[in-house]
Formats: sequence, structure tokens, C-alpha cells
Amino acid sequence: MKSSLETNFDVIVVGGGHAGCEAAAAAARSGAKTALLTHRLDTIGIMSCNPAIGGLGKGHLVREIDALDGVMGRVIDRAGIQFRMLNASKGPAVRGPRAQADRKLYRAAMQEMLSDYPNLSLVEAAAHDILLDENNAICGLVSEDGRRYQCRSVVITTGTFLRGVIHRGEERIPAGRVGEGPSVGLAETLERFEFPLGRLKTGTPARLDGRTINWDILERQEGDSPQTPFSYLTDKITVPQIACHITYTTPETHQIIRDNLHLSAMYSGRISGIGPRYCPSIEDKIVRFADKERHQVFLEPEGLDDHSVYPNGISTSLPIEVQRAYLRSIQGLENVEVLEWGYAIEYDYVDPRALKSTLETKKIAGLFLAGQINGTTGYEEAGAQGLMAGVNAALQAKSVSRETSDVFTLDRAEAYIGVLIDDLITRGAPEPYRMFTSRAEYRLRLRADNADQRLTQRGIDIGCVGAVRAAAWHEKAKKLEAARALAQSLKATPNELAAKGVHINQDGQRRNAAELLGRPQVTWALLAAIWPELEAIDADIREQIEIDSLYAGYMDRHEADIEAYRKDEALALPRDLDYDKVGSLSNEVRIKLQTAQPETLGAAARIPGVTPAAVIALLRYVQRKDHTKDHKALDGGRSDSVDAA
Amino acid sequence: MVETIYALASGRGRAGVSVVRVSGSQALHSLEALSGLRAPQRRKAHYVRLTNPVSRETIDKALVLFFESPHSFTGEDVAEYHVHGSIAVIQELLDCLSAFPNHRMAMPGEFTRRGFENGKMDLTEAEAINDLINAQTHLQKLQALKQLDGGLRALYADWTERLKKSLAYLEADLEFPDEDDADGVSRVVFPVLDKLITEIGAHLADNRRGEIMRDGFQIAIIGAPNAGKSSLLNMLARRDVAIVSDVAGTTRDVIEVNLDLNGYPVILSDTAGLRLDALDQAKDHDRIEAEGIKRALIRAEESDLKILLYDGTQEEPDPYTLSMIDENSVSVMSKADQATRLAYNAPLIAVSSKTGQGIDVLLRIIAEKIEERIGGGEGISLTRVRHRAALEECLKSLQRSQFAPLPELAAEDVRMAIRYLGQITGRVDVEDVLDVVFRDFCIGK
Repeated sequence: MKSSLETNFDVIVVGGGHAGCEAAAAAARSGAKTALLTHRLDTIGIMSCNPAIGGLGKGHLVREIDALDGVMGRVIDRAGIQFRMLNASKGPAVRGPRAQADRKLYRAAMQEMLSDYPNLSLVEAAAHDILLDENNAICGLVSEDGRRYQCRSVVITTGTFLRGVIHRGEERIPAGRVGEGPSVGLAETLERFEFPLGRLKTGTPARLDGRTINWDILERQEGDSPQTPFSYLTDKITVPQIACHITYTTPETHQIIRDNLHLSAMYSGRISGIGPRYCPSIEDKIVRFADKERHQVFLEPEGLDDHSVYPNGISTSLPIEVQRAYLRSIQGLENVEVLEWGYAIEYDYVDPRALKSTLETKKIAGLFLAGQINGTTGYEEAGAQGLMAGVNAALQAKSVSRETSDVFTLDRAEAYIGVLIDDLITRGAPEPYRMFTSRAEYRLRLRADNADQRLTQRGIDIGCVGAVRAAAWHEKAKKLEAARALAQSLKATPNELAAKGVHINQDGQRRNAAELLGRPQVTWALLAAIWPELEAIDADIREQIEIDSLYAGYMDRHEADIEAYRKDEALALPRDLDYDKVGSLSNEVRIKLQTAQPETLGAAARIPGVTPAAVIALLRYVQRKDHTKDHKALDGGRSDSVDAA
Repeated sequence: MVETIYALASGRGRAGVSVVRVSGSQALHSLEALSGLRAPQRRKAHYVRLTNPVSRETIDKALVLFFESPHSFTGEDVAEYHVHGSIAVIQELLDCLSAFPNHRMAMPGEFTRRGFENGKMDLTEAEAINDLINAQTHLQKLQALKQLDGGLRALYADWTERLKKSLAYLEADLEFPDEDDADGVSRVVFPVLDKLITEIGAHLADNRRGEIMRDGFQIAIIGAPNAGKSSLLNMLARRDVAIVSDVAGTTRDVIEVNLDLNGYPVILSDTAGLRLDALDQAKDHDRIEAEGIKRALIRAEESDLKILLYDGTQEEPDPYTLSMIDENSVSVMSKADQATRLAYNAPLIAVSSKTGQGIDVLLRIIAEKIEERIGGGEGISLTRVRHRAALEECLKSLQRSQFAPLPELAAEDVRMAIRYLGQITGRVDVEDVLDVVFRDFCIGK
């Protein structure tokens, strides 16, 4: 890859991880002249942790990124070496695609995709500081070698570089050192502008040499066949597929860890950051679930021609000798050699309540933050934020005035991306944030299978979807519409159905094919025997109609909820609302509102600890204020209503 | 800034002592200015001379107390003035308070509302305060006190907790399909839900005991015009509330009187006489009467007990009144002091509103009917329609969850059930459920 020498851009994305790649691609797709600035071009698209993409909630996010024409779905389709649809036996809303990746293939596919991406330049440089104009808005960026770049938006996606410290036993290794890590300069920038920082930790297991594992005695876990691709644009997976293996810890493993707990960096009190509850270290598991006899360990190969194996489920911060001892007490790992030892990493992050729903910082116009820097974990969460920040950075850069720029946001009823960003900006990230399907109130609607139906048109409208995908979507949309109309037009009574061998309640009601599909005993094949024209409908279209029918009753109940939710979302709170002036708020609630400065009444209600009564008080205050002209003029409220008054 | 509110907390009119309550951040300021106290001790009575800051005249000699936020009824700073219950004293004190910056008269219920908004109580307890204030009979008071003690809150909180745990199991099973210990859904969840369905069902199947106790047991006196309904009402109430007249059809609307019968609150209503012809061919001057009859029929429909009253001086019992006999009715014959000739072949209570004959028997039978309906029941009862509606929806969702064809739909139903319960007491956040998931399951690759 060649580094560009250009210095004049609309958008500059700093960082080449998963957030950075999506941000850069999205900004470029949206028509902004974009640069991706990273200290080493060959690290673009690197998978720094677990070599897998997707899962429950996370797979949903990848599908949404793909529906908005992002790159992650297509890249994993070219790098996945084991595909599994999780929860295949459960309903479609909770099925999540997941794939094991070949690290090298993933990185290569990402670099290939971005190296000739229209509107996108790749720049090898370390960002040092941002440049602001007289309005405290972004006007450029300066790199560590002193080169100055012009731009109107900057997206920072530099992950865990803020005061990162690696812990392993008593070892402490500062991560992100000058010259090696990505720019310490930017850390100072964020400090200078007094962004609120918090501290988190996360862990990683040792990497094992696969040639020293006794595979034959272990439980095999095969992938799906055929594989379901992530991207709506991928027809077929062509990468060779492998199996993973499962093993278990033993009583001896637990004993070794218990005996050496005092040596664990996490348990000796050396780490102050908060770790994720859903991804506990093996030390944590053994302490907190003392009565469990064994813990599962997933042995995940890191590539087709790579001996490295990722033992998922046993991250640790124990010293090297202890790691070796307990690893060798695990079935199949009796003679294992380690390529890289496990460690815990502690890092600062920016409290995402400092961000708007566009991921622009509230403090500096044109500055966007995306990815792990906002307190999330996972490639998928990072990619999703990157895409949204990239689109918004481009919209703002292209707009004549920042104030009147279009924005692109998704709400909680539209997308997991909406849930993700809303959670971050209203609740902050008290622990590393990971997506779960339980976080989505409207889970039945936000499915991995219908991300395109929910989002692609939105993406086309805002201009972040390319011509190829737009054409593919339009074709599918037409087919869907025709098939739905057909399913609704074919009608029969129970008697007529019985004559064809389909038996349902004899209530005399005439029902259409879509309604009939909602009955547990009615299948597409049965209906196709009655109405042969159903036979002609493509499998993916047919599946959508079946799912519509399956969830129909629940969807109707959701409709009313969503309407109420959107009503609260429509009630915008003034940007600089002075919560001291709002009556009947307890101090605790007042501080919470002040910190998050929610953009809407609905967002205020979702802040933990904000009581329904407080929301009512807020509503009353805002409504009262809407009737008072002078107040409006004072806080420079929405200018349209001032004119009207 | 939040306004400081004040109001007379005790009843209006002359009294030995009256209490004026002031709540808000300026309550201490006005207390110090009026009483001359400097930094009064918290929650201690001070005997002071209250002085009008403008005229420098004495308002009254009074006991004052200061409660510091958050240790007060409203959660704000609160000052209480115990003054002599004179209309002049109270008026002057309220006038003086109004002159302080940011002070204003409280709106009805505003003290309780602030208490609720400041987290001093949940919704069921706030409602209980109102019920207690409005309690007129002993049993109503007991019920309100039980609720104020958090009886309902504890019950609903326990249900919410159990539902939350069930949901956590369901969610763990959905979110972590690869984990070997996220099972147990059918083992753990469904028995719990079964039991909850039974408990919530039993709570709902209480014959509306708590609501009737709170709102009063409704008794409607039904009968033909001039059957003696108003006279009977007056006799039962022992006071004149309805206009008694010999002209048929005088009571054109519904007249109510509240009674305390052995501690049970009773609302007795007198209705317009049933005259079907008036309903059918409403001539102009009969329109009002027709409307009255319509209301009588509605009232009869809604009442907990009907007293069907027949005129003892008539031969034929009124056919329309006869048609309303059901298990919630008592048949009564009026005018027992006169020559009665009513042909009625079922038990009748003969009463006379003139002599009082039979009234005790009637009252005893009414009391038995009430006892049967809302008596007993040691447990805490539902007291509001609002609670009932939410619980009914909650129950429906739980029942649906038992037959949900897919695990995510069962979870959806349990989520909804929790939401409906939350409507009664407060919200349950998704983080609460995730807390249980991560506390109870060893999860995470």
C-alpha cells in the first residue's frame, strides 16, 4: 500500500482498526474526500483480540453495518474459516451469525478493499494534535512529523491508547509508548480539552501452538454447511472451512489458580479499572463460581496456515509460570507450548456522555469519537460506531454551515446501532460495553435477517450506500413487495383448506396465506400445494414472509409501544438546559441529567436513576418554557420557534 | 430554583391547634425570619413568638419544628408551625409567608407529590397517604395504613424480583447459546411462572375487596315511583338528604349518602322511580325523568347490592323491579305500618319508614351481605382500578408465555409482564436483568 501525500481533505479518520476502517469507508462513500491516518499502514484491519466476528447482538450489528454498505460483512465473508448461525434452533430474532476468522486473510481483505476505495486516501502518519478555528471547530490536524493537514471533520478511533498499561503477574508494561503506539499527542489533546475520562480493563488469554495440542481426544465443533454469509452482497463462502474444538478445565486447573490468586494482577489490587462482567478472567470464574467443577474452553485456530490457537474462555493476568502450569492441567493441553502469554490491559476511555447522537463531541464541533475509546469492546460495536461517525463527519464536512448540516441517526426501534449509541450517550459505559439482544426493547423487529429492510433505504436516502448495493436492494424490495401482496391476496376458508388436507379451526373465517402461515401446523409447502404460484418465490423472500407471520401478534403489540417511544423522542430538550432551574428534581437526578445532557425527553427517561416523576417534572418545565418567549431568547433556543413567537 | 411551598396542613376553621407546613429550600429562611431562631435544632420543637416582618406585630406564640432535607416528609427542608387554630392567625401567617421570595401556596397534594418525586415513597404509598386522609371508617383506615407500610409495594416488589430472575434465565439461554450452564430454563423458569400465575390470579380474584373498601360498598335502592325509596334512604341514613314528597317521580337524579356500617364504608343511593312508559315515550316534560331512570338503571347495574323495594299498599309487585332480582339483591316491602296487600310469594323484609319497623333486620342483612363480599381477607388487597388493570395485563402476558412457541417469545411475554408490574411501582431496567444474568451464571468465553 502506498501512503498518500495529499494534505487537504474533508474528513480525516485517525486509526486503522475496526472503527477507523468503517469510518473512513463510510465518509468516503458519503462523498467526502477522506484520509485514513494511521502510524503503520500494514496494521490496518488487524484483529487484536479474539479472531472472530459476530455472535448474538454482535452479528446483528455486522448485518446492519452491511445494510448501510459498510465493509465488515464483506471482509469477514472473505476471511471466515468457520461459520455458525448461533441459536439456529430458536426463533429468527435471536439468531446471530458468527464466524471464526483467519487473521491474515481478514487483514489482507480489509487492506485490499480500502486501498482502492473511491474518495479515500491512506496516510501513514501518527496524529499529534487537532487544529481548531476561531469558533472552536475542527479546521485541521497536525501529525507527529509536523505535517499539517486541512479538514473539516476528524474522527478519532484510536482504541485503548489512552494510558494503556499491560499487567501480567507483577509485570507492568506501558502500552502505546512514543514511537510505537499511536500518538500520545492525541491523548494530551483530549486531556487539554478536559474530556471526562474513566478507566476500564480487559483481558486476553495466552496464544497456544496448535502443533502441541492433542486434538484427537477433544470434542469437535463443526461449522454450518452450507454457510450463511454476513453480507447481503455475498452469494457464497469460498474460503476453506475448519472445525474448532472444545475442552474443559480440571480440578487441578482450579487448584493451581486458587493457590496463585495473590499473584494475579487483577486480584492483587494492582488494577483499578472496571472489567466486563460478561467476559470474566479465569481467576474471576474460579473465585465467583467456586462450586463449578469445570469451565468450557473453546480452542479457536487463528488461521488456515497459522499454528496459533486462541483458547477462548480463559483470559488471565497471572504470571507466566502459573499460566504454563494451569494450561497444561487442561485436557488435550498436557504438552502445550505457548506462543504469546495472556495479560490484562487497563486503559482510559472517554465517557461517551460527552458525545451527541452523531458521535460528535459536544465540546468541539467537527470532532468525532468512535470505537473502544468510547468504552465499548468488540470489533462489531467499534465498526458500527465508526460507520455512524464517518457518515456524520462527511455530512458536516460537506455542508455549508455546521449548524444546518444533515445528521444521520438511527433510533432504538430501527437498529441495534441505535440502541448502542443511545445507551452510550445516555448511560455512559460503567463497564466495557458489549451488545446483547436483551438490550433491544424491540428485539423481535431488529433481526439479523431483515437489516437491509430496516436500513438500506435509509442509507440510500442519506447517501452512504453505493450503486451496486442500492440496485441489489431495489430488486429485492420489489420482490418482497410482490410476494407480500401475493400472500395477502390468496385466501381460503377452513373448509376449503380441509378439502386440500390442511386442517385448522373450523371457525368459518376466511384467511389469507400470510395469516395462515402464523398457525403452527401450516407450512409453506402445504400452502404451495394449494396455491402453486407460491412455489415461484425465492427462498430468502419466502423466509421473510414466514417470519412476518410468525411474529405478527407480537409485532402489533410493539407498534403502540414504538409510537409512545417515538413521541418521547420527538420532544427535544434544549442543548443547554439548566437543570438547576427545573423544579422537583433531587440532587442525584439533577447531577445525572447534567452529566448526560440528554437530547430528548425519551433519552432522559432512560438514564438509570432518573425516576418517572423526574421525567414528568422535566416535561412540565420544558412545556412551560415553550410558552415563555424571553426564556427562549435567553438560551438561544431553536431559532424557528423564536421567529414564530 | 424550586419554589418553596406552604399550606395549612390541618383542617380549616376554628380549632385548638392548626398546623402550617412549609417545604422547599427557602423554608429555613422564612422560619428564621418569622421566629427569630438562628439555626434551629433539627426535628425539635421550639416555642417561639412569630412576628410579622413588616408590621413588627406578633402573629402568634407557636411551636415550630424544622426538618432538614432529606429527612422530611417531602425530602426537602420542611418547617412546621403549630399555631392557635384561629382563622385570623392562620391568615396572617399565610400572608407573611407569601411575601418571602420564591414562596407560594401549595397546590392540592403537592407535598405528597414532592415526597414521591424525591423518592421518599413509591406510587402505591403515595396513593395510600391520600386514602388514609380520606378514610372515613375504621376498616378503610386499616387498609390505607397497610398500604402505607409498603404492603402492596412489598408484594409487587417480590413478584417483580421473581419475574426478573425468570427473565434472566430466559435471556441467558438466548444470549449465550455456547455456554454449557445457561440451561435450566424449563427446570427453573416455568415452575416459577406457574406459581406466579396462581398468586397473581388469586390476588385479582378478591371480589374487588380492596377497591370496594376504598371506594365504598355501593347500594342502590330500586323500585317503582312512590314505592318509598327516598323515605327508606332517609330512615337508613337517619338524616334528611333526599326530598321526600308524595308526588310520584320527585327524585329525578341519583342521590347518595355515605354510611359507616360496622366499619365498612357504604354508599347508599336513591334512584329515580322506574317507570318504563317514561323511558319509551319521553314527552318534553318527561325528558328529565327519562334521563333519571336511565341513570337509575346504570346505577343498579354498577351497584354491589340492590335493595328492591315494593310498595306494600299495592296488590301487584312492580314487574320491572321484579325483573332485577339476582344474587346481589334484597327484596323489601315498604309501608308495613299501613294495610298491606302485596301478593308476593317469596321472603320479603317488611319495613316501615314511619315507625322504623324492620329497619334493624334490613341493616343486619345488608351488613351480612357486605361481610360476605369484602369481609375477612387478612392479606393485602388491591385498592385501585389502575393496579387491577396493570395486573390483569401482567397475568395475561404470563399466561401467554406458557404457550409461546419460541423461547424469544416467552421472554418477550415475561418482559411485558414485568413492564406492567412496573407501571404500578416503577420501572425495571434492562441492566437489572443483566445484573442477575452475570451474578447467577458463569458466562463468557
